[in-house]
Amino acid sequence: MSSDPKLERIAKGNALALCATGTWTASFAPVLERMVADAEKLAGGQQSIFIDVSEVAKLDTFGAWLIERLRRSLTNGPVEAQIAGLSANYSSLVDEVRRVRATAVVDSGTVTITGMLEQIGRTVAGIGGTVAGLVDMLGAVLAAGFRVLIHPRSFRLTSTVHHMEQVCWRAVPIIVLITFLIGCIIAQQGIFHFRRFGADIFVVDMLGVLVLREIGVLLVAIMVAGRSGSAYTAELGSMKMREEIDALRTMGFDPIEVLVLPRMMALVLALPILAFLGAMAALYGGGLVAWLYGGVEPEAFLLRLRDAISIDHFIVGIVKAPVMAAVIGIVACVEGLAVQGSAESLGQHTTASVVKGIFFVIVMDGVFAIFFASIGM
Amino acid sequence: MAGEIQNPIIRVRDITVQFGSTRVLDGLNLDVKRGEILGFVGPSGAGKSVLTRTIIGLVPKVAGSIEVFGVDLDSSNTSQRRNVERRWGVLFQQGALFSSLTVRQNIQFPMREYLRVSQRLMDEITMAKLTMVGLKPEVAERFPSELSGGMIKRVALARALSLDPDLVFLDEPTSGLDPIGAGDFDELVRTLQRTLGLTVFMVTHDLDSLYTACDRIAVLGNGKIIAAGSIADMQASQHPWLRQYFHGKRARAVMG
Repeated sequence: MSSDPKLERIAKGNALALCATGTWTASFAPVLERMVADAEKLAGGQQSIFIDVSEVAKLDTFGAWLIERLRRSLTNGPVEAQIAGLSANYSSLVDEVRRVRATAVVDSGTVTITGMLEQIGRTVAGIGGTVAGLVDMLGAVLAAGFRVLIHPRSFRLTSTVHHMEQVCWRAVPIIVLITFLIGCIIAQQGIFHFRRFGADIFVVDMLGVLVLREIGVLLVAIMVAGRSGSAYTAELGSMKMREEIDALRTMGFDPIEVLVLPRMMALVLALPILAFLGAMAALYGGGLVAWLYGGVEPEAFLLRLRDAISIDHFIVGIVKAPVMAAVIGIVACVEGLAVQGSAESLGQHTTASVVKGIFFVIVMDGVFAIFFASIGM
Repeated sequence: MAGEIQNPIIRVRDITVQFGSTRVLDGLNLDVKRGEILGFVGPSGAGKSVLTRTIIGLVPKVAGSIEVFGVDLDSSNTSQRRNVERRWGVLFQQGALFSSLTVRQNIQFPMREYLRVSQRLMDEITMAKLTMVGLKPEVAERFPSELSGGMIKRVALARALSLDPDLVFLDEPTSGLDPIGAGDFDELVRTLQRTLGLTVFMVTHDLDSLYTACDRIAVLGNGKIIAAGSIADMQASQHPWLRQYFHGKRARAVMG
């Protein structure tokens, strides 16, 4: 049934007659296009032009369009090309295709140097917008927070608890595991290098200060940005895509109060808890390695740890946690609410949420380091 | 190939589909004949979409067999299956357009995958398809998020038709459209069925569609086909749900 399509010229005096045969369907499109292109060159000077399609075995939109394309390009001036021998089955399809206006498609996908420069310029200019957006969201969240303080009954406790479960309780295993391993690695590396100076025991100082002041909270904040910041952005973004946020607004709810505030609260409460658990796990892991690999007895480890660190180290670490949580939450919510209609946009904003979240967490850590150094902690 | 003409285009035998302990389809039999528009109705939650999705292969079945174009989908190999998939088009209830692609790219997506066609021809065919479904060429460069509900349905139909399928599945094509838009859509399905020689499997709740567009109607209830036939058969049926459906207030309004 599917015979190869052909387009042959039939000698017919001063007229140009083309006879189409075989199967004119999508699967033969490359062949058909070539034949039609060849046939288009035959035009010129004839008094009448016919395309005979009575022998066509099968026709679909592709074939019908190619015949129509041929008809259009053969038509020049007063001589209009005719399609002859059209069966009743296919005439409506050909009529349908005839209504199509040929419009040139503009392809906007070309990359030019000016275009790339423009992109860079726009990105740089966009940084200001990003900061403004973050400040805007911070203000909106604080305003919503004050409203809730005045009317405590409007606080969404259930939602906050639900998000606490998601970002805190369910995060415990992975956070503890990773910080435990990091503690092990720090201790192992410390012992390995300090041993050459016979200073094995100082690994406890290094571990204690590093874990409590910096690594504990920073590492946990980065993990939370990746784990929960991205989830917030994706949740809010898909709600935005499906107009759920607009729906909330029309019902008289403030999306910041209903969606953002509980998430922020949950994150701000969760991060200090996770940072504390993470620090404990890292110290435990470090102590274990110091004992098994470095031969530091647990009693000696604890004694040394008590000497090496003070409560200040712990406070310096844990004070940073809620601030970092707020930064991660705000970045995630801003990105989530900025999602446009497409899946691609959701992906871009989720990526941006994690990247910006981690970036701002590290910037905040630097700011804190300078601050604590100046006040002598 | 010759036998295929007499045989039904879709042949469903003793299909059983179960979600957990809930049996949604229970030994269902259905034939769809070549060239007809089959309207598929039933109460909400009866499993109309489930049957559609089972035939397409998105929902696994517990028992039974499905033949499409004479190919048993269970025993077919990958290339046979791809061949069948190339010959059907699906219009999902929400359109399911790819949100990160423009209308033009959405319609060209199956062509790119299955055919070796020049970009020029693809663009021209895209325009032809858009004209067929009653959209202006300007729509081509828009993204799905910039389209109205009716336009999304039309673009989704254009995408379902992009490979010139022999069979299309329409899942509630007129839901969410205004009555005039829905009427146009019915008209459109009729026209396309005539011009392209389509077989249409249409899940619908729209009484107007049943009256104006469908050749035959199948009714789903209790996991089985409780009736199948012309609209006159349906009206004559004594089945309580059918009586309510075709003689209710809204049905009377449609019949005038």
